[in-house]
Amino acid sequence: MGPSPYTLLRSLLAAGLAFALLTGCETMGGREDDAAAGGATVEDRGLTADEMAAEGASAGAMTGGGAFQGHPLDDPAGPLSQRTIYFDFDRAEIKNEYRDIVDAHAAYLARNAGASVTLEGHTDERGSREYNLALGEQRAQAVQRVMELLGASPSQLRVVSYGEEQPAEFGHTEEAWAANRRVEIIYKSR
Amino acid sequence: MFHRPRGPLTAIILLCLAWTPVQAVLTVKITQGTEGALPIAVVPFQWQGATAVPPQRFHAIIGDDLRRSGRFRPVAEGDLPARPHQGSEVDFGNWRKLGVDNLVVGRLEAQPGGRYRVEFQLFDVYKGVQLAGYSIPVEGGELRRTAHHISDIIYQKLTGERGAFATYIAYVTEDVDPAGKRRYTLEVADSDGANPQTLLTSGRPIMSPAWSPDGSRLAYVSFESGNSAVYVQRVKTGEREQVSGFEGINSAPAWSPDGRFLALTLSRDGNPEIYTLALDSGTFRRITRHGAIDTEPNWSPDGRHIVFTSDRGGRAQVYRVAAGGGEPARLTFEGDYNARPRYSPDGERLAMVHGLKGAYHVAIMDMATGSLRILSDSSLDETPSFAPNGSMVIYATNDASGAVLAAVSVDGRTRQRLSVQQGRVREPAWSPFIE
Repeated sequence: MGPSPYTLLRSLLAAGLAFALLTGCETMGGREDDAAAGGATVEDRGLTADEMAAEGASAGAMTGGGAFQGHPLDDPAGPLSQRTIYFDFDRAEIKNEYRDIVDAHAAYLARNAGASVTLEGHTDERGSREYNLALGEQRAQAVQRVMELLGASPSQLRVVSYGEEQPAEFGHTEEAWAANRRVEIIYKSR
Repeated sequence: MFHRPRGPLTAIILLCLAWTPVQAVLTVKITQGTEGALPIAVVPFQWQGATAVPPQRFHAIIGDDLRRSGRFRPVAEGDLPARPHQGSEVDFGNWRKLGVDNLVVGRLEAQPGGRYRVEFQLFDVYKGVQLAGYSIPVEGGELRRTAHHISDIIYQKLTGERGAFATYIAYVTEDVDPAGKRRYTLEVADSDGANPQTLLTSGRPIMSPAWSPDGSRLAYVSFESGNSAVYVQRVKTGEREQVSGFEGINSAPAWSPDGRFLALTLSRDGNPEIYTLALDSGTFRRITRHGAIDTEPNWSPDGRHIVFTSDRGGRAQVYRVAAGGGEPARLTFEGDYNARPRYSPDGERLAMVHGLKGAYHVAIMDMATGSLRILSDSSLDETPSFAPNGSMVIYATNDASGAVLAAVSVDGRTRQRLSVQQGRVREPAWSPFIE
């Protein structure tokens, strides 16, 4: 599972390529943009993880080459650029493959008391909507618990569940469902 | 099996569009009819007024209502052997030859001050007797509703069961505007999908509309504040207030039968639990205490119990608890997943979402025996809601055109799809009877 388009946009923005790529996309930086990315405005959903990494690498080169110079949250090669945790069907446990990402964000929050995140819980469309709203909250709370355990302060973490109301992918396939069972880590604008 | 012709209904919908420009008009398509439906003739009403055409086509509205119930098969207009408008003009021999059991004739007359008078008569063709006859004064804005009332009278006379045509359906739509932003609306339409009115428009999700028992208010969930919160809105005036906006989930509102309480789901104590809220005092009372998910409460019609969804047994199942709190008892044992229970108006059945081997259907459980019957014929079905006379269940599903509503008679014999021209439609809630 690659970084979300939203994450990619952030990376590109930091790398100074944003203006060239985002001509016509007028607003940036709020939740509405994320919603737009789930719709039809931003057409980069089809990129593979490798293609995304390649884009990020070339963007890095534009800033002068060598090691990444920008804010650590924007380093496309670092775990902090991964902002989405995916879950199994009807489960709220964090899978091992996502522990590093959660740990990295928790460590960042512990080091940066001024930073704060919203943990947005989402589910796939199967089952009833209100049950899914509760399930989305359980997923976001699972991430919240680990982050607190690793030193993030409760005041840095806000949980909100959207259940199945804001899918990242429309469609009724296993693939779309897998992409929708997620917690998005959204940093408050800094 | 038959398909209803689309012509007449399309014409009605275009007229509605011209009067109230809203996008979320529901189109109804009958996808499964009933072989045992009773043949009935509804003759076009005589129109006496200044305009060439009547302001509403009563016979079409009534015929469509009766057809949608699955209990009647109205004769096509072109097959009518005569066009009587009152009893003295009826030759019963004509109608016996056509093989219809019943005949409806009527008249619509314009009166001064934008008022109308509508008269109709219902006949038993074989006995040659009148079963019902009414003369009704009507305000101009109430013509469609009066047509549905006439359908209710005919339905009750011929089936012995109260009709539910003069009722409403609340639902949620989602669309993407030209700028790519999601747009959600809460709508209320007539039970046949006509005349939709937008109660709320938001850039963030709207969920779970629930009618107050008298049909005057809707409770629902809106994310407009950035988190779920429960609102109560008057349908007629649009006046509304937020009744629950705690940290965490505020959702799944359900009215007590006396309209004084809401049951709802809050996670303000860290975990989704069922609460009741006394609307006059604003007092919350916690009903469930368990570390699992408890949500989707629904009050029994006698007010004594609340049924709800819980995954305390590992997967979602339906439980029942005393309305004042207590030890919940599990009600469902069939299938992998049972959720979002809704009592039938007589309290003898529960409609719910039933998951079996990865497919999600609407099912009905008999409360006395516990036996479960799958009612829907697709696999992503949710949000069942009973008609107030218990005859049909409306629910949300997906078909090739996207997210649509479907209605099915409780015996499973007749089915309809209700779709909007553009966007998704979901979370139907059938109104109670409205006096």
